[in-house]
Amino acid sequence: MTEAEQRDFIQKKESKILKGNIAAAYAAKSARVQVISAYPITPQTTVVEKLSEFVDGGLMPGTQYIKVESEHSVMASIVGASIAGTRTFTATSGQGLFYMNEMIHWAAGARLPIVTTLASRGPAPPWNIWADYFDVINARDTGWMSAFCSTHQEIYDEILMSYKVTENPDVMLPKFVAYGGFVLSHTSKPVMIEEQDLVDKFLPPLPDEEGWEHIFIDPERPMMHGNLIMPSGFYMEFRMKIHDAMVRAKEKIKKVAEEFERMFGRSYGNGLVQEYKLDGADVGIVIYGDLALQMEQAVDELRDEGYKVGMLKLRYFRPFPEEDIRKAAKKVKVLGVVDRATAFGSPTGGPVSSEVKSTLHNSGIETKVLPMISGLGGREVTLEQQKDQLKILVKMNETGELPDDLLYGTLWHGKLEVE
Amino acid sequence: MIYFMVLSGMENWRLNKIMTSLKEAMNEACDEHFLPGNSCCAGCGLELALRWAMKALGDNTALVAPASCLNVVVGLWPKTAPDFPFVNMAFAAGAAAATGFDAAFKAKAHRFPQGPWKDMTAMTFAGDGGTTDIGIQGLSGAAERNTDMIYVCYDNEAYMNTGIQRSSSTPHGAKTTTTPFGKQQYKKDLPRIMEAHDIPYVATCSISEPLDLYDKFKKAKEIKGCRYIHILAPCPPGWGYSSENSIEIARLAIKTGSWILYEVENGVKTISKPSKRYMDPEKRIPLTDYISKQKRFSSVSEKTLIELQNQVDKNWKKLASELKCQEEYL
Ligand SMILES: Cc1ncc(C[n+]2csc(CCOP(=O)(O)OP(=O)(O)O)c2C)c(N)n1
Ligand code: SF4
Ligand SMILES: [Mg+2]
Repeated sequence: MTEAEQRDFIQKKESKILKGNIAAAYAAKSARVQVISAYPITPQTTVVEKLSEFVDGGLMPGTQYIKVESEHSVMASIVGASIAGTRTFTATSGQGLFYMNEMIHWAAGARLPIVTTLASRGPAPPWNIWADYFDVINARDTGWMSAFCSTHQEIYDEILMSYKVTENPDVMLPKFVAYGGFVLSHTSKPVMIEEQDLVDKFLPPLPDEEGWEHIFIDPERPMMHGNLIMPSGFYMEFRMKIHDAMVRAKEKIKKVAEEFERMFGRSYGNGLVQEYKLDGADVGIVIYGDLALQMEQAVDELRDEGYKVGMLKLRYFRPFPEEDIRKAAKKVKVLGVVDRATAFGSPTGGPVSSEVKSTLHNSGIETKVLPMISGLGGREVTLEQQKDQLKILVKMNETGELPDDLLYGTLWHGKLEVE
Repeated sequence: MIYFMVLSGMENWRLNKIMTSLKEAMNEACDEHFLPGNSCCAGCGLELALRWAMKALGDNTALVAPASCLNVVVGLWPKTAPDFPFVNMAFAAGAAAATGFDAAFKAKAHRFPQGPWKDMTAMTFAGDGGTTDIGIQGLSGAAERNTDMIYVCYDNEAYMNTGIQRSSSTPHGAKTTTTPFGKQQYKKDLPRIMEAHDIPYVATCSISEPLDLYDKFKKAKEIKGCRYIHILAPCPPGWGYSSENSIEIARLAIKTGSWILYEVENGVKTISKPSKRYMDPEKRIPLTDYISKQKRFSSVSEKTLIELQNQVDKNWKKLASELKCQEEYL
């Protein structure tokens, strides 16, 4: 071990210039994950490369790293390892997530607190490897929680927070932590890596020898898991319990964000959402992932120009923070929702727009909602375009009219002009 | 139990012979782990395979069962027949899920060195569909990584759970619900594919030879790395014979030479005792004796029968020349 490696071994608090993917690998190390299983896919690759360096270089003693032959096997082996009572981690992107789909459902059904990061990318064809959150959103009804990150630091922080949420006995659901491919995965920013002792204090202890309460492999307490259940059995109730846990998770997420802030000094709103200059705004925009970061600047600049605009950064897609959406909607007259993902044929815009619209439906809140889609497959979204998005909302508020180039009620912002 | 060490010129291979006599088995193989009350059909080959495997492996075994008859016969929730940790799993996920078990056991052994974790055996118990078709990628991956696990294929030569559809392990000429006029292709030789992965142990078994099966599992338990055991496990409803004849049918597969018992330990192949005498073509009984007793072969033509017989003879010839060649390089 070199000196630098020794220093890494017992992590001191240290600011490092890191790519988003490397920050994710550091978080897995800080969380002392016991079993990693992964398969490379652009743009996730450097996560698994860095972890190989950590594990094979002896910096994560005891950690098992399975270098499997496919993503289906990634999630199958992670499911096996989690059933047997270990803290687990994996990372993937787009096609990789689609390929592990069957096992994703298995992980949630078995109530396993697995954490998976996604360097999100656009689905093929045509091949695309750039930022697009369709992958994580496509897993909407799997029973996984899902969160978006918009900064490098947030990737590291969110992974740590994730273990505290997923392993909460009242939750016990797996979770995705998604961040835009390349925009975050391959760019570098300073990231504070926290002192190991403090992380250990923050996180729940690693599962003890008995494993989880509801599922375990223990020769002394033989357990059968997952056998066929008749419709008259508790199948429906098991499904309800997943929904229950998902809803219950909201309070835990808020509490964990609070504790995180207290311990490490970084705030992520109430955990579920982060409001930005919504007070006193006429129009607001709901946005998530990497696009939220630059939108903050767009809001600032328009505010300087006298426009009353604000934003709500959505941190969680599942569970969906409907209370916070309603609260935000009440503050403005027009709410734009920017999706960097599609929901083909949806009558209510992109995937998050749809959620926002149904959240407001029958709520007595009259706020108009404009679905916007932008930046698909890594299409650049400039600051000017984001200011433009806000100005469209301002105009809508002034004239009371919808923009005239909507496609099925959705503004495909930043699309190329096709002759 | 008698252990023979057969030493050879090469240091890194050994042939451990474990031979349990019937008398010894009566004493030591009495424990049942796959308990009565399971819902296997009468005469089910799978049931015998699992019972005898578990007699040999005993405690500290955790089993993964990918989608198959086994997922159903263990009992409907909340009833259950196995008295050991047992996890039902997605169809293609057998090998990888057991890989996860193994990784977790190793991680736990690190944290809890006093616990049973280093002695745990992760085992997949899959059907021929879960092995030769949908699960082959995961199995090949686990074998290439030499994952510390035992992978068992109980081979009833079709997808029985879903109503007797063909698998790539279904023999030539056999009728299934998706090959109503008999299967055109030949049976995929998975043990041979596993051999090509150069794993420490590959063995074939039959439910008609429980002592041979018992010994092979005993041996497998002691070996580290990836171990593959393929068991011929006849299925009365799937093959079309009455349930009291399962053992006879399985034995006929051996007597006709269409199923050969052997083991490959660190690359060294040996024919197992029950099959040894059938090296001699004179000793093998005609294939029709096996085929005529099963409805799945009821409409096999003369031509197909000859093809099947030729296949059997060819397999033996291949094996004989392989053994001869092995003698030369060992
Ligand atoms: C992904 C997936 N595809 C298909 C099935 C349906 N299915 C369940 S068991 C089975 C056949 C199992 O055959 P085999 O592995 O030979 O076991 P057997 O039932 O014969 O014991 C099939 C096709 C499934 N469960 N999952
Ligand atoms: S269908 Fe065949 S394999 Fe399945 S339980 Fe019955 S006898 Fe056994
Ligand atoms: Mg079968």
